[in-house]
Formats: sequence, C-alpha cells, structure tokens
Amino acid sequence: MKPIWYFVGWILFIIGLILVANGIYTYFNPEIQQTVLRGTYPDIWWGGLMVIVGLIYVLKNKNVKLE
Amino acid sequence: MQAIGLSFVDWLIIAVYFGFTIGIGFYLRRFTKSEEDFFMAGRKNSSWVAGLAFLSANLGALELLGMTGNTFKYGMYVAHFYWIGAIPAMLFLGIYMMPFYYSSKIKSVPGYLKLRFDEKTRVLNGIAFAIMTLLVSGINLYAMALVLHTFLGWNWDVSMWMSAITVGLYVGLSGLMSAIFTEIIQFFLIWFGLFLVSLLGIIEIGSIHEIFARVPESFNTLWSTSADPSQNGMMITWGGIVLGLGFVLSFGYWTTDFLVVQRAFSAKNLRSARMTPIVASFFKMAIPFIVILAGLIALVLANDPNSGFQLAKDAGQINYDSALPLLIARYYPRGLVGLGVTALLAGFMAGQAGNISAFNTVWTYDIYKSVLNKKASDAHLLWMGRVATVVGVAISLGTAYWAKSFPSIMDYMQAIFSWVNAPLFATMLLGMFVVWITPAGAFWGLIAGMGSSFTLYLAVKFEWISRSFITMSSPSSDMAANFWRAWWAWLICFSVTIIISWFTKKKPKEELVGLVKGLTKENVDKDIPFIKRPEFYAIISLVVLIILNVFFW
Repeated sequence: MKPIWYFVGWILFIIGLILVANGIYTYFNPEIQQTVLRGTYPDIWWGGLMVIVGLIYVLKNKNVKLE
Repeated sequence: MQAIGLSFVDWLIIAVYFGFTIGIGFYLRRFTKSEEDFFMAGRKNSSWVAGLAFLSANLGALELLGMTGNTFKYGMYVAHFYWIGAIPAMLFLGIYMMPFYYSSKIKSVPGYLKLRFDEKTRVLNGIAFAIMTLLVSGINLYAMALVLHTFLGWNWDVSMWMSAITVGLYVGLSGLMSAIFTEIIQFFLIWFGLFLVSLLGIIEIGSIHEIFARVPESFNTLWSTSADPSQNGMMITWGGIVLGLGFVLSFGYWTTDFLVVQRAFSAKNLRSARMTPIVASFFKMAIPFIVILAGLIALVLANDPNSGFQLAKDAGQINYDSALPLLIARYYPRGLVGLGVTALLAGFMAGQAGNISAFNTVWTYDIYKSVLNKKASDAHLLWMGRVATVVGVAISLGTAYWAKSFPSIMDYMQAIFSWVNAPLFATMLLGMFVVWITPAGAFWGLIAGMGSSFTLYLAVKFEWISRSFITMSSPSSDMAANFWRAWWAWLICFSVTIIISWFTKKKPKEELVGLVKGLTKENVDKDIPFIKRPEFYAIISLVVLIILNVFFW
C-alpha cells in the first residue's frame, strides 16, 4: 500500500498547478478579477508553493510501499 | 445574502478533491480485509499518521467556521480552546492514560468501562456517546450546508439534504482506514486553503500589531482581563476558564471522547499511541493562526465603515459563522475560492467521517453486540457497522436543524460536551487512578453527573434559575455558563462516585491488573533514551504552551 504522504503530494501538486495556470491567465486578463488585493496575485505565488511542496512529497514517497 | 458564486476553475478544484477522496476510498477497500481493518484501521499507523488524524478528526468545518465566528463574538479568549483548553489534556492522555487504553486492546472507550467496572456502565456511556455523536454530526451537516448556502446561494433545506446524501455516499464507502487517510489530506488542504486568508488580511490591514491595535481591549488579550468578567468579550473569570474549560471540558473531550481517542488506538504500538496526542498538540497550538487571526481580521473590517465588510444576517440575527466564508469571498480570486471552499468541504467530510466511524464502532460493539446480539459473527458485525453508518447519517439530518437554531455553532457544541464528556472524565479519572472505586459508584456517579448537567442546562434556558447562579458572576455569557456547568457536572459525578464506592462492593484486584494505576507495571518506554520518550516531547510542548500564553497575556 502506498503511504498517505504520496497522495497528499499529488493533490497539492495538481491543485497548485491549476492555481498557477489560472493565475497566469488572469494576469493577462485582469478585468475578470474583482477581489480586494487582486494586484498581489496570490493564486500565482500560493499555487507555486503548493506545486513545490506537492512535488517534494511525491518524489520522496514514489518508491515507498507499506505492508 | 447574495451568493458568492463559483467559476469553472473553482468547480474543477472541488472535483479534483472529490475524485481523490473517492479514488482513495476504492483503493483502500482492497486492503480492508477484516473487521479489525474496518474499525481499527488494522492497528498499523505511525504516530505521525495517527497524530494528524487525531487532530483532524476534531478539526472539522464546524471548528473552522465556529471558532472564527466565536472570535468575532468573544475575541481572543477563544484561543483558550486551543491552548489551555486542549494541550494539557492531550499531553495527559499521551503520558498517563494511553498505557491503560492501548494495553487493554479495547476497541472503544466504553469497552474500557466494561473491563474496569461492568456492562451497565459501558452501555450507559455507549448510549450517551452515540447520542452525542449524532448531535455533533448534525452540526457538521449544518456547517456544510452553511458553506453551500453562502457560496452557492442554495436554499437551507436543499443544502442540508444534499449534504446528508453526500455524506451517506462517502462514509458508506469507507471504514476507519480511509477516514484517517481523508483526515490527513484535509489537514493539508485546510492549511493551504485557509492560512492564506490570515496572510492577506495582515497585508490589507498592515500588520498583526495593527490588527490587535484596532480591536477593543476586551477582545485582544488572553488573561489580563480575566479577573473581571465585564472586562472581557467572553464575560468569564479565570476560574471558569481554568476549571470549566482547561480542566473539565478539555480533559473530558481529549481524554475520553472516542472520536479522537479512536485515532490513537489505530497506532502500531504503545509508543506510537502515546506519541499520537503529543504530535497532535504541536499542530493544535498553531491552529489559532488560522481561525483566531481570521476572526480578529473580520472584526477589524466590520468595525471599519470604509471596508464594506459585514457579516451575513439570517432572519435579522447576525450569523457569526459566516465570517470565514465572507473573508474567502473578499480575498480569494477565482481558483483560490475553489481551494477555500474545498478546504471547508474537506473539513466537513473528515469531521463527519470521524463522527460516523466513531458512532458505528460504539453502536456495533458497545450497544448491538453487548446488548442486542451477543453471538454476532465478525462478518455480521462488519455488516452492522455499514448499516449503522447509513442510519447515523439519516438521524444527523434531524439534529442539523436543531443546530441551526443556535446563535453560534460552538455554543451548541460546548453545551453537548458539558452533558456527556464532563462527567465521564470524572469516572475515567477515578477509574484509572483509584483502585477502590466500585462499578455501582461509577454507574450512579455518571447518572448523577449527566442528569445534573442537563437539568442545569434546562433550568437556565427556561429561566427557572438565573445564569449567574451557576457562573457565580454577573454579567456572564452562554459560553461561561457552558464552562461552569461542565465543572459542576464533573464535581457532582466525582463526589457521588466516591460516596457510593465507600458503601458498595469492590471488584477483586486481580481483575483490575493493567487497568488501574498501582496494579499495573510501570515500565512503559523505560528502555529507550530520554530524548526519544513521549515525556521529552510532552515537556517541549508544555514549554511552547507557556510561551504562547505569556506572549499574548
């Protein structure tokens, strides 16, 4: 059985990737954002952090198997 | 209130979460071969897995929405729930109580009561716990409905029913093992999905110092205004906090509530089981940096007419629990809104899975097998566990409507805990540490404790007596009444148990070996170096707790 950390890594990586891709799209189409602090682009840097953390968990547990 | 609405990207993120959760459920079914796997997750988890699940089972959506809402209502005093109201009890469980629980190989907390006292005490506690779990489960349903109502604008009834159906499908697929997996994923999603609210709030307002400077003094301290209840937002004295919350409610919940303790039972050995609540204690202390900070940010914004921020109102009443969803709507662009909603939904799913997995275990072992069908086979018990899951979800639907009638989720929660957990803690404490406590003393003590707590609740609610009669101060709040009621219930149970034990028949000492201090060998983890022992990490946790309390005094 794969350890839980492997699944944690994948879900963080996938969601982070969606956030970064969407953040880059809205960077070039700023009119669709209506939120306070939209100029700080939280989706890009926060999504990027999730991608990095997710990748670390996936790579670290790729070959680990539990009984 | 106008719905916030979700975009395609938000839905995509929610779909990824649901796809993962259900996929993991199916993946784990291949490894769930026995009744032990379904109810105890095979007893093979590390202290990290069990510890995060231990914390996450408690960290449901109701905790997130309720505590943020309560910070808006009561101020910084809500942090007591995370610090003095949790950490000492978690450490006590790991250091002193877990050896008795884990070594006796019981499947539930009521199972310990049967070994230590007798069958009737076990059934009494089993029934009380089952009822309490279904009431708390209703809060979870309500919390999820609140998210759907706030974000999607769905009707309350539709939201409640949709939530119940989702839970029925999800929990029906999984035993404790997949519940624990989901809880750990939820832990990460909550941090990534909600901590950003606090960060963006700090950026908008300027600094943490500015946030504290812009809330009233009665709302921004932890202890310095606790001598006079009129000077703090919760309208309580330090005595109520220490005795009611820090001692009775906290120890009652963290050391006897099977919902959380069940996660420690899934650990692979005694050391991992002891480390489970200690690992969890470090993360518990960090949660205020999400919920308390968000509540204070909401308060600052609501007090600033230029911010345009206001809490939602339902039928003219302020809905405190809307604070966190509304902050998400304020700060999060599309995509991140999906992540924020997913974090809340994940909290709900994990909290609900925790309640239902604890309910189906207690129902199956402590009520059904103990009273109704003593000869049930393992396969039949597994089937009964699944039936209990579906029935439990259906009953939760009714209790969800009751939860909706309370002004704040946490008031409802603490009222329930003061009825069941507070007296049970007196029984457990005496049972584990005093040899001469008798089965009759434990049974009648529990009856007296639970009965008095519920009677006091009704007496204050219907104004038969003044609230200040039990809080010993005026003014006082609902929460202060909950804390003090818990203290009185504990004291009554404690006293009645001791008095009746003086006059009734004791159990032979040989039947209590391994269950009571003094009759059990005290060589737990003595053969490993001190820096690897649970005691060492408990001391570090305690030091961090003291530093936090002094810093925010």
